Amino acid sequence: MKIAFELNGIKQEIDYLPDRRVVDLLREELGYTGTKEACGSGECGACTILVDGVSKLSCLMLAAQLQGRSITTIEGMSPGKKLHPIQQAFVDKGAVQCGFCSPGMLMATVDLLQRNPAPDRQQIRAALSGNLCRCTGYQKIIDAVESAAAEMRDKL
Amino acid sequence: MTTYASPIGSSLKRVDGPGKISGLEKYAADYYPDNFLWAGAKRSDHPHALIKEIDISPVRNLPGIFAVLTHEDIKGANRVGVPEMDQPVLADRKVRYKGDPVVLVLAENKTVLQEAIDKIVIKYEPLPAVFDPEAALAENAPLLHENRNDKNLLLGGRVVRGNSIAAMSECDAVAEADFQLPWQEHAYLETEAGVARVDEEGILAIIASTQTPWRDRNELAYALGWPLDKIRVIAPYLGGGFGGKDGITVQGLLGLAALHSGGRPVKMWNSREESFLSSTKRHPGRVHYELGCKKDGTLYAMNCRIVLDTGAYASLGGPVLALAMEHAAGVYRIPHALIEGFSVYTNNPVGGAFRGFGAPQVLAGLEQMMDILADKIAWDPLAFRLKNAVMRGDETGAGVWMSNSTAIIPCLEKLQEHPLWTSRQAWVSQAPPFKLRGVGIAAGLQGTGYGPMVADIANAKIELLPDGRFRIYSGVADMGQGNNPTNVQIAAEVLGQTADCFELIQPDTLQTLPSGSSAASRTTYSYGNALKAAALQLKERILTRACNMGMGLYAEDFLLSSGRLNHLPSGREIPLGLVAASMRPEERVSIYSYTAPVNRYPDKINPDIRAAGFPHRVFAFACHLARVQIDELTGEVEISDYLAATDAGKVLNPQLYEQQVQGGAVQGMGYALWEDFKLDRGELMTRNLATYILPTSMDVPDILSIAVESVEESGPFGMKGIGEIVINLALPAIANGIARAVGQHIFKSPLTAEQLLLILEKRAAE
Ligand code: FES
Ligand code: FES
Repeated sequence: MKIAFELNGIKQEIDYLPDRRVVDLLREELGYTGTKEACGSGECGACTILVDGVSKLSCLMLAAQLQGRSITTIEGMSPGKKLHPIQQAFVDKGAVQCGFCSPGMLMATVDLLQRNPAPDRQQIRAALSGNLCRCTGYQKIIDAVESAAAEMRDKL
Repeated sequence: MTTYASPIGSSLKRVDGPGKISGLEKYAADYYPDNFLWAGAKRSDHPHALIKEIDISPVRNLPGIFAVLTHEDIKGANRVGVPEMDQPVLADRKVRYKGDPVVLVLAENKTVLQEAIDKIVIKYEPLPAVFDPEAALAENAPLLHENRNDKNLLLGGRVVRGNSIAAMSECDAVAEADFQLPWQEHAYLETEAGVARVDEEGILAIIASTQTPWRDRNELAYALGWPLDKIRVIAPYLGGGFGGKDGITVQGLLGLAALHSGGRPVKMWNSREESFLSSTKRHPGRVHYELGCKKDGTLYAMNCRIVLDTGAYASLGGPVLALAMEHAAGVYRIPHALIEGFSVYTNNPVGGAFRGFGAPQVLAGLEQMMDILADKIAWDPLAFRLKNAVMRGDETGAGVWMSNSTAIIPCLEKLQEHPLWTSRQAWVSQAPPFKLRGVGIAAGLQGTGYGPMVADIANAKIELLPDGRFRIYSGVADMGQGNNPTNVQIAAEVLGQTADCFELIQPDTLQTLPSGSSAASRTTYSYGNALKAAALQLKERILTRACNMGMGLYAEDFLLSSGRLNHLPSGREIPLGLVAASMRPEERVSIYSYTAPVNRYPDKINPDIRAAGFPHRVFAFACHLARVQIDELTGEVEISDYLAATDAGKVLNPQLYEQQVQGGAVQGMGYALWEDFKLDRGELMTRNLATYILPTSMDVPDILSIAVESVEESGPFGMKGIGEIVINLALPAIANGIARAVGQHIFKSPLTAEQLLLILEKRAAE
C-alpha cells in the first residue's frame, strides 16, 4: 500500500505494509533511528514523535495512520545548524546521560510548551510522566524544560 | 593568545550531548546493516528439565527462515561467564531456568522469526526444581550443576573478628532482625542489542550494547571456538547499563548467528519482555543481623548472615557476595563480628552485577538495625552513627582498613546541621490530616575497583593528530555515566586545550586498548589515572620536540593552549599542527598502563572470598536523608524531601556528579518502594513496564546534593568513584523514615503500599 505523508517537512510517498508500526517504518525503513523503542507497548515514551504537532507514541501507531499527516521526529527538531532551544537546554542543564530517553523527552516537551509556554515544575513533571528515564532521576530534565520555556518566552 | 582552559572542577558540558539530543548518536540498537538477518532465541519454558528432543522440522523450510541452530552447531566450549564459565550460549543437555535459550533462529524479518520460534517443538523431561536459596542448600536439593563439589553453593565464606557470640552477651542492648530483599531489574531503556558479521577475512565483528568489550571477546573465543585475534567487539554509547550489561547478554547468540549467516550481518534486539526474562538482576537475598552495643553508644558485636539467590548461573554472583560481606559492617567500628555469606544456585533467573554490587542489600539491613538499636538505648540515630563511624586508619567491623580518604564523619555532620534534619520535629508535627510523617537517615560506603586479586588495569591511549587536534581512544564503555566525556575534560586539563580540540573513539578491541569493564565505580578513576599520565607524557613529547625544532631553548618556556604552543619569552605562537608534522606517527601516540592500588594486608577471610574481591582500598562514602509522608488511607508513600551528602573525593565536574547523585538516589527509591520483580516458581510475573513499576517524574522529589570533597590521593585530581555509592542508601533512609512515621519497621522490601496499609489497619484496630 502507498502511504503519503510529510516527514520533517519533506514529502514522502512509500510502499509499506499498512499494519507495520510507525516506529519500524521510521527506524528500519527510513533510517530515522533517533526515534527509540524501549517497550513497544506504550509504557515508556521513548518512541514519542509529533503527528500534526501533537505527541504520539510511534510504537502504538500503524503506518496506515500516517496517511496525509505531517510528522516530526527528533531529526527534524532543529532543521538548521543551530540546536532548538529545548535541545540546547537539555545539553546545558545536564539532562542527558545515556540519552536513550532524550528524543522522546524532547518531543514530549515540544508538545507541552506548545500547550503551556510557562509550566511550573509540577506541571512539567506531570507532562513528562509518560516518559521514563532510568538514568537522571528526572531533576535535570525538569531543570532543562523550565529553562527552555523561559528562554523561548523571552524570544516571543 | 588564547585563554588557558582549566576544565577540572567546572561543569564542562558533556561532549556526547549534542549527538544524543539530535538523534544522530548511534547506539547498538540503531544499526540496521544492509541485507541483515534478524536473530532470536527459542527459550525454555521449564525451570529445570532435560532436553529430550529438539524438533526443528516444522520450520526448516519455512519461507524467510535462513538458519535454525542448536548447541550442536557450536564449535567451542559453549560456555560463557566470569569467573565461572557455566552458562551455555544454547542449552545442551538441560535447561536451568524459564528463559534459558535453546534454539537460535535466523530470519529475514521479525514476523517469520517469531512464527518459527513459536513452531519449534522441544520435548523436555521435567526435573525437580528449587526456587529458594535456603532450600537449595539442603542435603537432597535438586542440583543445578551436577559436578560441583559444593553442589548448589556457588560461593560461601565467613569473616571472623574477635568473638561476637561471647561479646553479644556483654552488650547492654541487642537488636535482631531478618531482612528480605527483592530482585531488582536494571530496566535500562536500551534493551540488549547488537549486530554482528563475519567479513571476508574471517573477522567476526560485533557491535553490542556492552560494558565489557574485552572480556566479551575472550569469552566469545572460548565459547564459540573462534580465534581471539579474529574477534572484534565495539561498544558504542550504551542506552543504559547499571551492571546489567556487565558481561555477555546477546553477544554469544549474535556471534553464533554471524558464524552461520553466510557472511550476512545479523541483528538482535531483545523485546522488553525478553530482556526481563533473560537479563541478570540484582540478587534477591535474606540478610539476618544481630547487632549489639554498650550503653555509652559504642557498637560492640555484630552477627550477620547473608544468603543471595544467584539463580541458574554464576554470572557475578561470587563477587557480589564478597562485596556484600565486605560492606556488611557499613561505616562502623565493631570489634567483634561474624559475617557469613552464601551465594546459591536456584532455578530462578540469573543474579548478577547491579550498581552497588551487594552493598545495597546489606546496607538496607544494617542501617535499619542502627536505628532500631539507637532507639533501644534512646540515642539520637545520627549521634549514634557519628559515635561509631570510621575515620581514616580505622578498621570496619568487616575487617576492612580505611587506608585512604575517609570522610563519612563530615558527611554525617553536614546532615546534622542541615535544616531538613534540624527542623524535622516541626515538620513531622505539621502533617496534614490523614498523613503520617517521618524522617529517616542512612550512611554507607562503596569500594572502588576490583579488589585485591583481579588486577584493575586501564590502558589509555591518546594521539596528537596531524592537524594539531587530539584523539582519545576510550578504553572503558560509557553506559551513560559520562566517563568518556570526562576523559575529554581530563585530557583538556593536562594539555591546556578546550573540549573542541578532541575527538573520542569509543571502546573497540581493534582500535583502543584493554581497560577493563565499565563497572565497580572505577571508570573515571582507573582510566582517568591512565589517561592523565598518557596525556602528560604526550605533552612532554610535544614540548621537547618544539625545542628540538629550534622553536625555543627550554620546555618550560612553552605554554600549551588550544591548538597551539605559546613561546612565552618571545611571544611567538606555534600551531600544534606544525609540531605534529615533525613527529612520526608513533611519536604522536602516547599510551600509559595504570594499575589501581589494592590492600594486601593478611586477610581474616577464606581465600575464595578474597579472590572474589574482598577487600577494597579506596571507598566512597555517603549519608542520605529522606522525609516521607504516608497516606493513611492508601498506604502510599511520598518522598517529600531528599538529601544526599557524598564523599566521592574531589568533584571533577559538578554537573556530572549531580547526575550520578540524582539518578542513583531515584533508582534506589524505586528499589525501596515500587520495583517489585515477581516470580512464581521460576515464572516471571512482571513481564513489562506496566507491571514492573519504575519511578516516574511524578513519583520523586528534587534531590539536594552536598559534595563533601575529600582529596583522594590515588585518584586523578583527587577524585574517586561515585557511580554506585549513590544508590545504596535510599532504601534504608526511606525505611527508617517510614518506621518513624508508623512506629514499626518493615523487614520485607519493597515497602509497598499494600504492606503499609496492613500495618495502618492493624494500628487503627488497636
Ligand atoms: S516504545 Fe513506545 S512507549 Fe515505549
Ligand atoms: S538518560 Fe538514560 S534513560 Fe534517560
